[in-house]
Amino acid sequence: MATELKKTDVVIVGLGAVGGVAVLPIVEAGLNVVGLEAGTWLRADDFAPDELRNNYRGWPQAVQKANREIPTHRPNASSPNSPRLAIHPMMNAVGGTSLHYWAQSWRLSPWDFKVMSETTRRYGASRIPKGSTVEDWPFGLEELEPYYDRVEREIGVSGKAGNIDGRIDRGGNIFEGPRKREYPMPPLRGSGFTEMMTNAARGLGWHAFPGPAAVNSRNYGNRTACVYHGFCNRGGCHVNAKGSTAVTTIPKALSTKRLDVVTEAHVIRIDVNDKGRVSGVSYLKSGTEYFQPADVVLLAGYTYENVRLLLLSKSKAFPNGLSNNHGQVGRHYFSHNTGASVSALFPRSLNSWYGLPAQGVAVDNWADDNFDHAGLDFIGGGNLWIYSDRRPIGAASMSTFGRAPRWGTAWKTFIKENADRANTAYLQKTTLPYEDNYLDLDPNVTDPLGYPVCRITAEFKENDRAVGAFIQDKMVEWYRAAGAVATDKLPLGTMGPSTHAYGGTRMGNNTETNVVNRWGFSHEVPNLGVVGASVMGTSGARNPTLTAQALAWRTGDYLTRSWKEITA
Amino acid sequence: MNQRLIARREWLKRVGAAAAIPPRMLLPIVTPSGEPIPGPAQSPIAPAVSAPETLTAGEAETLGAIAARLIPTDGNGPGATEARAAQYIDRALGGALSSFRDTYRAGLAALDQYAQSTKGNSFARLSTADQDALLRDIERNEAAGFSQSAAFFNLVLAHTIQGTFCDPHYGGNVNFAGWDLIGYPGVRLAVSAGEQGLNARPAPTHMSAYDYRMFSGSRPARAALDQGGRHHGD
Repeated sequence: MATELKKTDVVIVGLGAVGGVAVLPIVEAGLNVVGLEAGTWLRADDFAPDELRNNYRGWPQAVQKANREIPTHRPNASSPNSPRLAIHPMMNAVGGTSLHYWAQSWRLSPWDFKVMSETTRRYGASRIPKGSTVEDWPFGLEELEPYYDRVEREIGVSGKAGNIDGRIDRGGNIFEGPRKREYPMPPLRGSGFTEMMTNAARGLGWHAFPGPAAVNSRNYGNRTACVYHGFCNRGGCHVNAKGSTAVTTIPKALSTKRLDVVTEAHVIRIDVNDKGRVSGVSYLKSGTEYFQPADVVLLAGYTYENVRLLLLSKSKAFPNGLSNNHGQVGRHYFSHNTGASVSALFPRSLNSWYGLPAQGVAVDNWADDNFDHAGLDFIGGGNLWIYSDRRPIGAASMSTFGRAPRWGTAWKTFIKENADRANTAYLQKTTLPYEDNYLDLDPNVTDPLGYPVCRITAEFKENDRAVGAFIQDKMVEWYRAAGAVATDKLPLGTMGPSTHAYGGTRMGNNTETNVVNRWGFSHEVPNLGVVGASVMGTSGARNPTLTAQALAWRTGDYLTRSWKEITA
Repeated sequence: MNQRLIARREWLKRVGAAAAIPPRMLLPIVTPSGEPIPGPAQSPIAPAVSAPETLTAGEAETLGAIAARLIPTDGNGPGATEARAAQYIDRALGGALSSFRDTYRAGLAALDQYAQSTKGNSFARLSTADQDALLRDIERNEAAGFSQSAAFFNLVLAHTIQGTFCDPHYGGNVNFAGWDLIGYPGVRLAVSAGEQGLNARPAPTHMSAYDYRMFSGSRPARAALDQGGRHHGD
């Protein structure tokens, strides 16, 4: 029998990048919250600058529930499962993956909210890729702007505005949608390499600008400025300069005394009463099962876990999984096309051993709908991103650009000369949802407790491939302009488990095609909210976290303003 | 920040195998002018092989011979042998890489069997030219009687690179042989704008992450790591 705990106002499942944000407006409004987190607290001195541990061993210093339930993947419904990943791309801890993420903190572009209507208006409805289930968001960028603004200040984002109320500033992204004000901190500094690439972009007539980062460019509140030591990529910050929720919104929420954090809580089910409302959450901790009753449940795991927990939470009222009576849980899934990248070899050292992935320069000329697609065979585009970030195992594993074998003296001669002469871009491209890309429960693979893991059925489609090829050509052009003597186009890869996984509980007004409403609450279960990129219907060409966090704040804020309606 | 350098190389105390190396061998193998000391694989400065922790002596010998060809000791300077990459793998197979132990046992046995059947001797006893020829065969999945040999080759190559270029905390990259080879200026806890200049060449720190006081503590999570990372998620 489960031990029943004292009822609380709101229980949040997952205190990561989004749960850790959603909690703050709720406790600040005077409600009590229990936050269930699968991981533990980690501290600055847990974050040794150790490439092997961070980048190759999946954080053995942390409790990683995720690693015991890694999603399986198959390209399509008639293919067998692909080889399974050994390490989950995300992590568990208070703060979740915001501890070791790259911290690029973009707002989506106005186009991303209106892919369907804007494509139809500008090019005709026939240009929506066949089989895509893309819809306009239920609102535009302007409705999310105040929440972006709030989160940028709470977690601390460094950057340069390119559009304040329509006034364009060429120091920032001239393509971005209007903002109300400047970022709370100036951008991170450039490095010699990023300056070299900026100059090359200008030579091409492209607009290069420093990207936004949830990393302090100067001291911010009680947290120090970034020290650029080179281990931010899948590494936690040893000086708390990275704005993970573990050092920003969660401590602030705790200071209200209305947040109770339960660590190493393994949530197994969201429970439903006989009225079809959620009544609380069941979880395991140290081998004991607990039931945490609550008036409202906010599901704030990563995309795969949000979908899995809903599908695992079967009841009389929801025989196919919670909030799934319309069969939409797991649908409209997609993961960002970031694989088709480009590596370049330069005839000189770049000195890019230090820095961080967020210390970079972007070109958005070929992103979103920033250029005319009339003569092209795809919609969308990509964000070109170069950055200073290199460590020894990664450098020694670099491509030899066809100039040397992979081992032996010839390889060693090559690597000795070139280990610091190569760079790989990060190219995020528009990726769309399709009717046959989805998440469900794997019928054969379970976690150690016997619960099925999440199964990804997804493959890149024609539009994704065309965008990838187009953007790779642009990146080659940029590298060549900067003096690269060789370039390698990297493969597109598969749609296996990703750090940029979207959909599965999509947000929208149409109850037939979406799981949650415009506020993030279930169409079928009024007192169940879902936060995270699982509610996003498009990806844009940039990292999802800030958008997921802005949406999370909005959902939390709505909850406090609509408490009576939600709990009626 | 409260990090202070630890005066002594903390990792030397922790990495038992390295402690057995005479102190002079901990000096840079590359001369101050940057000129590498040329020498064959059996150079007198190569550290003595200590008893393996996970593999058998025979398996460890074969693995050491493979690593010595993947990243050879040559005119470019020390290689996997001096970095003790094979010893790193052997130790890790008892901890963080334990799920690969059977793969190694089977793969090393298959390679030796292939060496016996084609060259009439165990892999470690062959000439370097014969060793390279056999490694090319398994790299290309062309070794008769050795199925999936390319996967095994790729695994050993990846782990040999780890053992040569990882933080010395894990028993590899001894004397910073790997980091010096590729000019990695080393672990720093803070980096200035000047040190990120295109023409800047920061001096090597020759510090392990765990040489810094901030990370040399003994919280339970790190104690588990020190035993080879045997912990959740391995």
